[in-house]
Amino acid sequence: MHEISLLENVREILQDHAKTQQFKQVKKITLEIGLLSCVEPEALRFGFDAVMKDSLAENAELIVTEQEGVGLCDQCKKQVPIASLYDPCVLCDNPFVTVTQGNEMKIKNLIVI
Amino acid sequence: MCGICGCGQTEQKHSHHHDHQPNHADTERLIKVEQDLLSKNNRYADQNRAYFKQHNIFTINLVSSPGAGKTTLLVETINALKEQLAIAVIEGDQQTEHDADRIRATGIPAIQINTGRACHLDAHGIGHAVMDLKLKPNSFLAIENVGNLVCPSSFDLGEAHKVVVLSVTEGDDKPLKYPDMFYAADLMLINKTDLLPYVDFDVDKCIQYAKQVNPDIEVIQLSATKGNNFMAWVSWINKRSL
Repeated sequence: MHEISLLENVREILQDHAKTQQFKQVKKITLEIGLLSCVEPEALRFGFDAVMKDSLAENAELIVTEQEGVGLCDQCKKQVPIASLYDPCVLCDNPFVTVTQGNEMKIKNLIVI
Repeated sequence: MCGICGCGQTEQKHSHHHDHQPNHADTERLIKVEQDLLSKNNRYADQNRAYFKQHNIFTINLVSSPGAGKTTLLVETINALKEQLAIAVIEGDQQTEHDADRIRATGIPAIQINTGRACHLDAHGIGHAVMDLKLKPNSFLAIENVGNLVCPSSFDLGEAHKVVVLSVTEGDDKPLKYPDMFYAADLMLINKTDLLPYVDFDVDKCIQYAKQVNPDIEVIQLSATKGNNFMAWVSWINKRSL
């Protein structure tokens, strides 16, 4: 359940931004989670309220946008969709595809007051 | 070490409150952040990595599921290397000092980090443990992570390499079941090979699965308890820590 640790990181990042950008409350937070990252969006949603309790993001709305996995096939050199880190190329069946998108897990933006 | 968190420093409390702050009260606004969820951990990891580089400390992050033989492997590694190389160990477990005690019995300094409910070590805790250990320059530091093939894969500790241990008493398809860890590791040790005659573990298939997830992963097959091919692992460390 490292999603809890990640959410604790999010809470700290929010505190830092609250200082530099001068806000008191987070109303909405948008996270971008790649489908090849080791984060389970459902687990983030599940733990969010508990971790944000008594922080400036208490009762904030959580939006999780998911990024599809994309890789570059080492053989046919085409960009292809991948659903897991070990998916072969859908075009030429070569097993070696280098991930180019889908590993990210970021805080995209905030709505604050 | 902890220039980022400033922990250990006296906290400065500012009581002078300003009532004349810019008036954006109750006006909603959008702030673009674009920051990685792991950015804090990664900053600590970068700091650790810079420290290791400066003092020429070769650091590995040893990961596996519980029971793959990480501690036994470390004890035997220490016994093979301690005459020629300064070694220190950081042990991560949710509870108990058992593993650090086993390491200290070899005469090597070890610090136990109990992560409590957390399922992995993080770079901040490692930074503090490194300070407490007073590492020697030109040495080898082994970090034994919490037994878990999932969570430790995302937390960079500042190590040179993640080394994943998979024992033949587990399934040979673990690289596919837990791809994140095998994707993050640079070396896979297939341990307990002395038990191969008694278990249904296909070594070739296991290596093929691991390479499917991570084509660049190196593989060494060994038995830590019986010593089979153990020197291949010892020289892997030796080559990199000199």
